[in-house]
Amino acid sequence: MHELSICEGIIQVIEEQAVQQDFQSVEKVRLEIGKLAGVELDALRFGFDVVTKNTVAENAELEIIELDGTAWCMPCEKTVHVSQLFDACPNCGSHQLQVTGGNEMRIKDLEVN
Amino acid sequence: MCNVCGCGHGETKIDGKVPHDHTHDHHHDHAHDHSHDHDHSHEHHHHQHGDHHDYGQGPAHAHAPGMSQTRMVQIEQDILSKNDAYADENRTAFEGRGILALNFVSSPGSGKTTLLARSITDLQGDVPVTVIEGDQQTANDAERIRATGAKAVQVNTGKGCHLDAHMVGHALETLQPENDSLLFIENVGNLVCPAGFDLGEKLKVVILSVTEGEDKPLKYPDMFHAAGLMLLNKVDLLPYLNFDVDLCIENARRVNPNIQVLQVSATSGEGLDAWYAWLKSQVANLGAAA
Repeated sequence: MHELSICEGIIQVIEEQAVQQDFQSVEKVRLEIGKLAGVELDALRFGFDVVTKNTVAENAELEIIELDGTAWCMPCEKTVHVSQLFDACPNCGSHQLQVTGGNEMRIKDLEVN
Repeated sequence: MCNVCGCGHGETKIDGKVPHDHTHDHHHDHAHDHSHDHDHSHEHHHHQHGDHHDYGQGPAHAHAPGMSQTRMVQIEQDILSKNDAYADENRTAFEGRGILALNFVSSPGSGKTTLLARSITDLQGDVPVTVIEGDQQTANDAERIRATGAKAVQVNTGKGCHLDAHMVGHALETLQPENDSLLFIENVGNLVCPAGFDLGEKLKVVILSVTEGEDKPLKYPDMFHAAGLMLLNKVDLLPYLNFDVDLCIENARRVNPNIQVLQVSATSGEGLDAWYAWLKSQVANLGAAA
């Protein structure tokens, strides 16, 4: 979904930080993206290169840390792993799942000069 | 997007006007640069980067004098935090003024505007309703809503595929919804992107028409996961279609076990009483919570 908008969100945060933390260029950007966040990573990488042109993050390396999807299974009363929002509980087959992790879209840290 | 406040490149229009006039003079010419060869620049960069790491224990850990070293900056910030901040502002404004804001999402052609126009007409005298209409282009939908007598503002997103909280904030300045009212926000017809953008609404309402497939909740799980209520629209057409209502609802609950479902037809009026009762109970709850 709208990976270009996400990249614009990344650049906004980086440019704000560039002023606050006083850096001129970014060598590397590390993101944490949950597997349930609906983000297409190839599209995100492409969008990142496009959006960072003529910014402090031009030519920065993009590292994406993928975070697993987790959900609380109500019948099992425990946390289970899921890879899609419509997955059933791998233990009991129930769909009574509350997603607890894997929706993240976060900038973890930057390597800057 | 503009870094001053998050606007697009003057493409977003509210009732045909650019919301405000600060300059957009930074260099975000990405829209024109899709042809550059990103694969090569990536490869190249990895090599450069390896050289940097040879300095010491990695970024910001080497303290040898005279060495140019990169440093780490911890961010730990959500990528959409700017949108979320605007959404929080909108939500605070809604709560303070007793406004129930609902974000209507669906694919194009599900009957959103028809359903909203009918609802406004039927609710006249009960609850005041205002509408924010989101479409890429044209003011047609806002005009359809205004024909009911309700106040409506059209937001044109230009190339954008969804409304964001900042556009809604600007639209509110124009719309000036009254206290203790209902605000319908009709998002751009799109079952993908609007799922990720909080507008400050109380709830997302997803509209699915029975002329679509019953597997749409599985094909577009993000949206059905994000919604609190599904309106299954055009049920007057069910006799003419091979649409399995139970399977559709089961699919929606696979993605979101808590989703509420109402079956309606904006044309025949079937099921609308239950929909209005749901709306009024939500408004009453809002009053109780305030």
